[in-house]
Amino acid sequence: MTSTIDRTDAPAGSADATPVVRKSGGFTAAAANYLEERTSISGVVKEFGRKIFPDHWSFLLGEVALYSFVVIILSGTFLTFFFQASMVETHYDGSFVPLKGVEMSAAMDSALHISFDVRGGLLVRQIHHWAALLFIAAIGLHMLRVFFTGAFRKPRELNWVIGFTLFVLAMAEGFTGYSLPDDLLSGNGLRIIDGLIKGIPFIGTWTSFLLFGGEFPGTQIVGRFYTLHILLLPAILVAALALHLVFVVVHKHTQFAGAGRTEQNVIGYPILPVYAAKAGGFFFLVFGVIALMASFFTINPIWNYGPYDPSPVSAGTQPDWYIGFADGALRLIPPGWEFVWLNHTWSFNIIVPVLALVGLLVLVAIYPFVEGWVTGDKREHHILDRPRNAPTRTAIGAAGVTFYAGLWAAASSDLMATHFQLSIEGVIHTIQAWVVLGPFIAYFVTKRVCIALMKKDREIVLHGYESGRIVRLPGGEYIEVHEQVDEYERWKLVDYEVYEPIMLRPNAQGKITGGMRFRARMSRWFFEDRIAPASKAELESGHHGHGEIEGGSNH
Amino acid sequence: MAHDEVSGPHSAASDSSAVETSRGASTGTAVIGSDVVNPGEPPHRKRVTDLDPKKNKHAERTVYTLFYLSIAGSIFAVASYMAFPIEDGDPAALRLNTLFIGVGIALALFGIGLGAVHWGKALMADKEGIDLRHPVAGSAETQARAIEIFDEADRESGFGRRTLIRNSLIGAIIAFPLPGLVLFRGLGPQDQDPVELLSHTMWKKGSRLTLDPSGTPVKAADVTIGSVFHIIPEGLNEREDRLEQKAKAAVLLMRLNPADLNISPGRESWSYDGIVAYSKICTHVGCPVALYEQQTHHLLCPCHQSTFDVVNECEVIFGPAKRPLPQLPIEVDSEGYLVAQSDFHEPVGPSFWERP
Repeated sequence: MTSTIDRTDAPAGSADATPVVRKSGGFTAAAANYLEERTSISGVVKEFGRKIFPDHWSFLLGEVALYSFVVIILSGTFLTFFFQASMVETHYDGSFVPLKGVEMSAAMDSALHISFDVRGGLLVRQIHHWAALLFIAAIGLHMLRVFFTGAFRKPRELNWVIGFTLFVLAMAEGFTGYSLPDDLLSGNGLRIIDGLIKGIPFIGTWTSFLLFGGEFPGTQIVGRFYTLHILLLPAILVAALALHLVFVVVHKHTQFAGAGRTEQNVIGYPILPVYAAKAGGFFFLVFGVIALMASFFTINPIWNYGPYDPSPVSAGTQPDWYIGFADGALRLIPPGWEFVWLNHTWSFNIIVPVLALVGLLVLVAIYPFVEGWVTGDKREHHILDRPRNAPTRTAIGAAGVTFYAGLWAAASSDLMATHFQLSIEGVIHTIQAWVVLGPFIAYFVTKRVCIALMKKDREIVLHGYESGRIVRLPGGEYIEVHEQVDEYERWKLVDYEVYEPIMLRPNAQGKITGGMRFRARMSRWFFEDRIAPASKAELESGHHGHGEIEGGSNH
Repeated sequence: MAHDEVSGPHSAASDSSAVETSRGASTGTAVIGSDVVNPGEPPHRKRVTDLDPKKNKHAERTVYTLFYLSIAGSIFAVASYMAFPIEDGDPAALRLNTLFIGVGIALALFGIGLGAVHWGKALMADKEGIDLRHPVAGSAETQARAIEIFDEADRESGFGRRTLIRNSLIGAIIAFPLPGLVLFRGLGPQDQDPVELLSHTMWKKGSRLTLDPSGTPVKAADVTIGSVFHIIPEGLNEREDRLEQKAKAAVLLMRLNPADLNISPGRESWSYDGIVAYSKICTHVGCPVALYEQQTHHLLCPCHQSTFDVVNECEVIFGPAKRPLPQLPIEVDSEGYLVAQSDFHEPVGPSFWERP
């Protein structure tokens, strides 16, 4: 842009020196001027053009999610031009010979039409499906990144909740979309949802009846899911996404500890030009990876499953990966968890897994507020924690991941049994033990590892790292020379703070309430074990102790 | 974090902004961390493309080559669209169509992506910038003004003072979405009761057991010991609500050695010479219980692995289901065909709240 302006200014002879936009005959300048006088766009450019974004590979996870969502919208829009969201019965008459003449819904028929009779249609369908799988995976990893680095702390708690909402919406989008082709596999998924809903006390039967427009499967569900999938859910998702990004701008991005970085600044590359090139280029890379996956790897081959019919089912049925944890939770319930009481059926084999899943999600959503309440810390935090420096939080996260992984693995229990020649009972019982005990083991192991790593960091700060150089002292003693880390590296290792457990003291009324006791107990749980960063005094005395043998080091 | 609050080592500028940022906000139970001084940004290291003009030239060539490759990829994708038709229904042609269009598109995308990223990393000015952060909360004046505006609006409207107006408005706003909610009753048919529908299936006295999906009736003599048949009621395929009925009426028919069957009192006449019929719809969440282990006489649901023991009237021996699969009482009609004696004696399929 500037270069064009410069060139048109060239006759004046001072083009290089003056970047000021003067009135000129150049088209770009004229267009810019036209826009500016009608939109005041220069203010936006001034505000955001040089906005700084810090760099870290983990910050790309959210971008992957955003970009795969863009790919989903592009590919999904194409698919809507061909897909018929109708359950009207028809006889298939397309190119796929094995299904010729088979009775199926218009939805399945049009999904097969897209796959076999529209050039590039299968490619776009697969791009859409792969992008959806990647979208939810990227959101999940992005959430883990935000969790383990403490990026959810003030002022970003609400944005965490918005992000969590996006995660739930993405799963809902995934499930509604996956159900649309009305094939055997997705129909069985719907059947499971129907059975699940019916098991909910009080409202279950009628909820299912209203959702399916009568008895399962009915002739309504595909059309209704279509409205949810392409209108209602995307509208909410886009709104929440926009809000999510607005908050990223308002808060400015977090950054990891590093030399020169403080809570008051953000260091990185400006949007124009570097960040635009890198982030913009990254969109094409994400899209490219999805396109390659869609070209080479079949996903959701509905033609192998056939149309939905309530009677057949293929062995080894599995939902898309992100629904796995819910399906797994259902599988893990031991026999007999259902009772008739007060002339009603209480299906605890449904209620318990549903509560477990909802409980897990609620814990995820409210965690920032819990931690904020425990620490009582009301300051803004913009420097990220290294996971090891918040051992209890990291351990809680690891426990959560372990629990989720157990539920997720359970969704493949039958495949594990058949592939590894195990008994299904053995697999289920193992995963049951995993889900109950695993989180505790993961918690303790992670916490110990974090603390060990913090000790190691402290050791490196105070005594340097092992250089591998063995020196023989005059007395005959052999010693390995430790090199000091330079001050920039050292800063990364000491720039964190620890919290202490609360001292339980009576409040203004001289009372100790139950809430205070609970908070004190939580605080002790969180912060009992801690390793303080090395102080200046420690650093000096530490150096001193090794002064002689560190002769060659650069401290 | 530590360096906000610690005075001393920091420059004066960052100290003042620390106060501003935290606005005296409570540190909670945080203890001030290290008093080590932030050394400031490390010296800038030039990239190889900044130092060596040849490398710079090379990077430039790489970038535009990638962009040209992208153009080639787009052209390739368009050409593949034309060169690989799928209209003859050959699966191999479809594979080539998908593959080549996809690879062309991927090349076009990777060309732009890699080119732009390389341009940004290797050639664009390697100059990091610093933005200063400001507290998210607005300034004290802005906040005061916002409060003032609300106060003025309250005074001018009387929102706080005229409580009758205010409360009636709140009531009206709560009430007005109700009709909208009620409209959603229309999602399900008005003239049907789900509990009633769930309690009955198509089976009635004299319905022939027919094969799924062909609808051919089954003779008792055709059912040999150890065999299993997927069964639907006679006439199902002609019904308008075929799938809804099938979702309740699907049955598995098996013949065992009569001596192996443990039959409870009252059910002695429900089977015929070792031939038993059980609902195929899982009592957990309704998947078809489609896997039969002939040797052990176990039925396994492929969705959540509930396992039913046919010998013991399909009681649950493993998995999340609680109730046995309901048994369909059968007999043989005058022509030797298997028929139902009646409907199931209990609702089939997943449990529901109103199920007695």
